[in-house]
Amino acid sequence: MKLQVKGVEKTFDMRGRTITALENIDLEVRAGEFVCLIGPSGCGKSTLLNLLAGTDFPTKGSVLANGKPVVGTNPSRVLIFQDGGLFPWLNVHANVEFGLRMKGLARDKREKIVTSYLEMVHLAQFSHAWIHELSGGMRQRVALARALAVDPNVLLLDEPFGALDAITRDLLHTELQEIWMRTKKTVVFVTHNVREAVVLGDRVVVMTPHPGRIAAEHRIDLRRPRQIENMKTVNLAAKISADLRLSEETTHARSH
Amino acid sequence: MPAAIRRLFAGRYAVWIGRIIFFALLLGGWEALYRLELWPSYVFPAPSDVALALARGFADQTFVIGITSSLGRLVEGYLIALVVGLALGVLMAQVRPVKDTIGLLVLGLQSLPSICWLPLALLWFGLNESAILFVVVMGAVLSISQATEDGIRNTAPIYARAARNLGAKGWRLYTSVVLPSALPSIVSGMKLGWSFAWRSLMAGELLYTLPGLGNLLAMGRELNDMGQVLAVMLVIIALGLIGDRLLFGVLERRVRERWGLL
Repeated sequence: MKLQVKGVEKTFDMRGRTITALENIDLEVRAGEFVCLIGPSGCGKSTLLNLLAGTDFPTKGSVLANGKPVVGTNPSRVLIFQDGGLFPWLNVHANVEFGLRMKGLARDKREKIVTSYLEMVHLAQFSHAWIHELSGGMRQRVALARALAVDPNVLLLDEPFGALDAITRDLLHTELQEIWMRTKKTVVFVTHNVREAVVLGDRVVVMTPHPGRIAAEHRIDLRRPRQIENMKTVNLAAKISADLRLSEETTHARSH
Repeated sequence: MPAAIRRLFAGRYAVWIGRIIFFALLLGGWEALYRLELWPSYVFPAPSDVALALARGFADQTFVIGITSSLGRLVEGYLIALVVGLALGVLMAQVRPVKDTIGLLVLGLQSLPSICWLPLALLWFGLNESAILFVVVMGAVLSISQATEDGIRNTAPIYARAARNLGAKGWRLYTSVVLPSALPSIVSGMKLGWSFAWRSLMAGELLYTLPGLGNLLAMGRELNDMGQVLAVMLVIIALGLIGDRLLFGVLERRVRERWGLL
C-alpha cells in the first residue's frame, strides 16, 4: 500500500494559543518500503504517524492510502505503541487472536494464523502466558504478532522499542528486519534513535521541531540484514546525527 | 536467651508469636477482670461463657439456622444489587443526562447509611423479608454503580485505540475492551458493596424480627445472655472476614495482579 502526505499542516489549540505541530509536510512512502521518521521530541513525528493511521486528521492538506483519502482507522494500517497497548485481561494467544475475532473468522482459521505468527515472533511456547508475566521485549513481540495477524498492508510503529534495554532492542531489530523481508509490509517507524533508524530504514526522514517540518531525507543502501555495530551503519548514523544537530541549532537560532 | 530462641523471635514467626502473646494476654486479662466480680456475669461474661454459648449455639442448630438465613438474604440482596448496580453504572458512564441527574442522586444517597431506608421500606413493602432486602440492596447498589461508572470512564485510551485499530466497534468494543478494562474498578466496588450490604443486613435484622444473626443478637439481649451476644458477634466477625478478606480480597488481588496494577 502506497502512502502519500500532501501539503499537510496540523495545528492544535492549547489554552487559546495555536500550536503548529506540522507545517508543509510532503511525504510519499512506496508500497513495501521501510521508512523511519526521526527527530527530537516535539517535531511532530508521532502526530504524522497518527495522521497516517487515521486516528487524527490534518488541518490542511491531505493524507492518502493507495490514492484514497484516509478517513479513519482501519485494520489495513495498524499502529503499534511504545508500551504495546496489549490487553492484560487476555493471554498472549487471545491478544494475537483479537483482530481475527473482530473480523469474524472461524475458529480453525484463527488458530492457524495465531500459531504461525506466534512462531514468527518466537513466542509459541508462551501462548498461554498472561501479559504481566512477560518482559518488555516479549510484549513488543506479542504486539507485533497481534498487528501482523490481521494482515495489514501497513505497519505504523511509534517508538516501539524505546523502553527496551539495548540487547533486547538489537535482537528485535534483527527480528523486525527478517519479518519485514518475509512479509513485504509497508512500514513507517517513528524513533528518536538515529542508529536504530539507519539499521532499519530504506529511507530515513529527519524532522525538526517548532514547527514540525521535514528537514532532510537519507536513502540507506546498506545490505540487509544490518547490524547496529557495523562500521557502515555507525558512520552513516554519525553523519545523520551531525545533520540533525545542525538543523536543530538553526531552528534554535531562528526561534530566538 | 539461647541463640536458637532469639532467631525464632527475629524470623518470620516473630509476627505470629507476637500475635499469639497479644491474644493470650487479652483473654487472660478478660478472665482476670471477670474473676474480680466487679459486674454481674450477665453484664460481663467470662471467656468460657462465650465459648460455651458458641458450642451450644452450633449444637442446637440455632446458630446454623441464623447463619444460613442471614447469608441467604445477603446473597439474594447482593445479586439484585449487582445487576442493578452494573446496569446503572454503565448507563451513568454512557448517557450524559443520566450521569447529570441520577448520578448526582447516587452521589448524594451514598452518604446515607442504608439502614435509614428501613422505616420507609417497612411502609412500602410491609412487615416482611422484602423490607430488609430493600435495605440490603440500597446498601450495595450505589457503590457498585459508582465504581462501574468510574471504571468505564477511566478506561485507558490506549486500549480503546488499539481495539478500534484492530477493527473493534460498537457493542463488541464495549464487551471485549471497555468492560474488561473497567474490571479492577468494578471488583473494588463489588467488594465495598458486599461489606455495605453485610452491615446493612445486620442493622436491619437487629431492628426487625426475622430469623437471622441480628435476631440472635436481639434475643441474647432480651434473655440477658451476654455470652450469646458475644458469641454471635464472633460469628458475625468471622463471616465478615471470610467475605471481605477471602472471597473479595483474593478476587481483587488476582484481578489487580493480572491487570498489571500491583
